[in-house]
Amino acid sequence: MQLILRQGRVVDPSRKFDQVADVGIDEGRIAEIAPRIPGKGRREIDARNLAVLPGFLDMHVHLREPGREDAETIATGTAAAARGGFTAVACMPNTQPVNDSGAVTSFILQRAREVSKIAVYPIGAITRGSRGETLAEIGEMARAGIVALSDDGHPVSDGQVMRRALEYSRLFNLPVIDHCEDLALAAGGVMHEGYWSTMLGLRGINPAAEEVQVARDAILARQTGARVHIAHLSTRKALETVVRAKAEGVTNLTCEVTPHHLLLTDERVASYDTNAKMNPPLRGRDDVDALVEGISSGAVDVIATDHAPHTIGDKMLEFDRAPFGIVGLETAVSLVCDRFVRPGVIGLGRLAELFALNPARILNLEKGTLAPGAWADITVLDLERQVEVRAADFASRGRNTPFEGWTLRGGPAMTVVRGKVVWSV
Amino acid sequence: MRKIKGKSLMTAAEIDLALARMAAEIVEKLGPVEEFAVVGIRRRGVPLARRLCRRIEAAVKRPVPLGILDITLYRDDLTAIGNRPMLRETLIDFDIDGRSLVLVDDVLYTGRTVRSALDGLVDLGRPRRVQLAVLIDRGHRELPIQADYVGKTVQTEEGDTVEVRLEEEDGEERVVLLRRGA
Amino acid sequence: MASLSQKDLLSIEQLSVDDIRLVLDTAEALKEISSRAVKKVPALRGKTVINLFFEPSTRTRSSFELAEKRLSADILNFSASASSVTKGETLLDTARNLEAMSPDIIVIRHSSAGAPHLLGRECRSSVVNAGDGMHEHPTQALLDALTVRSLKGRLEGLKIAIIGDISHSRVARSDTLLFHKMGAEVWVCGPPTLVPADFHLLGARVTSLMEEAIEGADVVMMLRLQNERQKEAFIPSAREYFTLYGLSRERMRGARKNAIVMHPGPMNRGVEIESEVADADYSVILDQVANGVATRMAVLYLLSGKSGLKPARKPR
Ligand SMILES: [Zn+2]
Repeated sequence: MQLILRQGRVVDPSRKFDQVADVGIDEGRIAEIAPRIPGKGRREIDARNLAVLPGFLDMHVHLREPGREDAETIATGTAAAARGGFTAVACMPNTQPVNDSGAVTSFILQRAREVSKIAVYPIGAITRGSRGETLAEIGEMARAGIVALSDDGHPVSDGQVMRRALEYSRLFNLPVIDHCEDLALAAGGVMHEGYWSTMLGLRGINPAAEEVQVARDAILARQTGARVHIAHLSTRKALETVVRAKAEGVTNLTCEVTPHHLLLTDERVASYDTNAKMNPPLRGRDDVDALVEGISSGAVDVIATDHAPHTIGDKMLEFDRAPFGIVGLETAVSLVCDRFVRPGVIGLGRLAELFALNPARILNLEKGTLAPGAWADITVLDLERQVEVRAADFASRGRNTPFEGWTLRGGPAMTVVRGKVVWSV
Repeated sequence: MRKIKGKSLMTAAEIDLALARMAAEIVEKLGPVEEFAVVGIRRRGVPLARRLCRRIEAAVKRPVPLGILDITLYRDDLTAIGNRPMLRETLIDFDIDGRSLVLVDDVLYTGRTVRSALDGLVDLGRPRRVQLAVLIDRGHRELPIQADYVGKTVQTEEGDTVEVRLEEEDGEERVVLLRRGA
Repeated sequence: MASLSQKDLLSIEQLSVDDIRLVLDTAEALKEISSRAVKKVPALRGKTVINLFFEPSTRTRSSFELAEKRLSADILNFSASASSVTKGETLLDTARNLEAMSPDIIVIRHSSAGAPHLLGRECRSSVVNAGDGMHEHPTQALLDALTVRSLKGRLEGLKIAIIGDISHSRVARSDTLLFHKMGAEVWVCGPPTLVPADFHLLGARVTSLMEEAIEGADVVMMLRLQNERQKEAFIPSAREYFTLYGLSRERMRGARKNAIVMHPGPMNRGVEIESEVADADYSVILDQVANGVATRMAVLYLLSGKSGLKPARKPR
């Protein structure tokens, strides 16, 4: 056997499996999971007191290449992902040029083969240039290897364009990931509209900007039957809309939340720290509570980071002039372990669903499972490990984290891709 | 009220006596029709100036204007200190141009306070003459400044403190010498 | 000894009641200087003050400049049009360049809320916020308070009505916070489109009825209505606005007998305020201007000992 992980707590929600066992890997695939695998592997890893989960997949990252290699590259972004416990990422198309053609998709895949130790799945633009006007050449990108469609960074404002995109996406069974924001209602805002925006004199983003468009997408999802995934959902009302639609049988509608929306409120903006500026903005306490409830109840399908690196120069501006976005790949898993797994808000099985099984299913990937025969993509966690967030140590080029200096308990210990250890503490 | 221990330099009666003598000296040197005023330096120069003023008025039988000078903005150590001294208003509601002034303070020590006060006065106008009256002259001058009227001259060490306690400010009336380290 | 609790004056929010009293008392003591023949004291001699104005503002800027001159500071004026900001230099670059000239105090006016905070975090100099976006204008609120206190003898228990475009007004924010802190009863009033939903959390009573706001008020503070508000669909027209929220003699009758009218300027006569009201003897708009210099002198004086202290970096 190529590799044996000995005596870890193996948690695989795809097979409702949760017990201490050995995991045997051969030729890059899961060969066997058993209480005790006899013999000796070519490499053996002592996984006692560690948790062995199907490989985590971050389905919402911005790798910035091509175009803004000063902010992040496929090499640095994927290194950051491996360091954060992710075995795969899906990258958003808002690069320069936008990934709205087979050529850009192929370029990203080619670069990833050259420099990345983890899997990279490109997401193609819904509309040409993500301008929201005419459809991009979706078929061509599908052939080149995209796993989903999104104009992330921008909403698809025109309802008719969204409807056509959804209808057309069915041809390739591609999910459409929507960044929900009614731009007229958002009115150029830079933070959540509420007490803090009032106090700080910053233009507020009315939560209705997100909620209105989530409602529209839920209705279109029901009508078209296409697969719609709501990116970075952030308010209670938006979540209620998704939950109601699902309850009414719209199972083709899914949603994700980010760690920062689960952990921070708009009060974090109080010092005008641009590392607290992202879109959707940090919300109020009630919204945060609803999202936390959503990850434990199952209302939320996925946790994704919306990893959005920016250079220090770009970010160190007046608050209203700085770009939206923060990095997340190297903090997400530790944050969730410390704040939700250790206190018992969610179990390891649920954690694996949120980070591995559900994103793989949404993106039609045969991943997120430890079933024998599956690719051996594995995230090993150490729930006792002490992690201090230090942006200076990041593998990512982005240093824009609002969690600098946080001390966390629990985090990734090892990242295994196709049976190869690509990162370990 | 803060209790102060230390060597007594003047009692209430002695303070009163000294002020009476100083007032008499001031009146003596005063020309018959001279435009005249008394200016107290905040803080303890002010009650002393008020008392001198009253005595002088009684002697010359005409009103003598009283001014109050806050020298904070003129202190030469302002740049060096982190916390700003509390600022109070300067109240001089008469024209000082061409007038004879008696500047009043409690203790004359390095002379820096008086220098600041002179700067302050110059910004307000051009007095004909400025004289200085102090209750205590304790020596150790750092500037060439002399008092014209002195209540009492005392020998002190450089680290000593001379505290003038006045009814109006402190609720008691005496002058004490606090030795360094005591 | 007297001292503000922080290195910078960024907002009223950061000031304690004691801080506010100290500034007002100090300003009161400084008023006398402006009535002298020689209107100059040496308190800031040898200190350098930079006036960094990214937004044109003749009033605030000349008020600060006069205050600095009366305290004998060395002054460097730096305005956005003349600066390198236009060449794509960031605020931070600008700040670092200015810092190299080791100023003691930087007075900044900027269209972005929080710009003074950025400067304060990165500079050793004391930073004074002279108005940042829609956030705050602390020296304006302090001078308003000085004006009211001088005329009414107190702030506590007064009814202060602030009327107009509350949403976009940094003066409304600073005044509300200050008067509320000092125990006054603050009412804000404007069309619902121009009053943020959460404004009551800043300590104000909110109403859309002007009569209710003015009823028994000791102070009526009118805010300027920008022309853009009409285009942005906040109000239908300036004419309708005046009928609903303009201050007329008629409306002033609802106020208390000795009520005063204030305006941070510049006024739009006929839009938010009737000309006769602006010029009436209960209008103290010119007192505000005079008190502005004394207030700014007080702030500069109180901060002048603080520069060079470590920047108050406080990550949350
Ligand atoms: Zn987005």
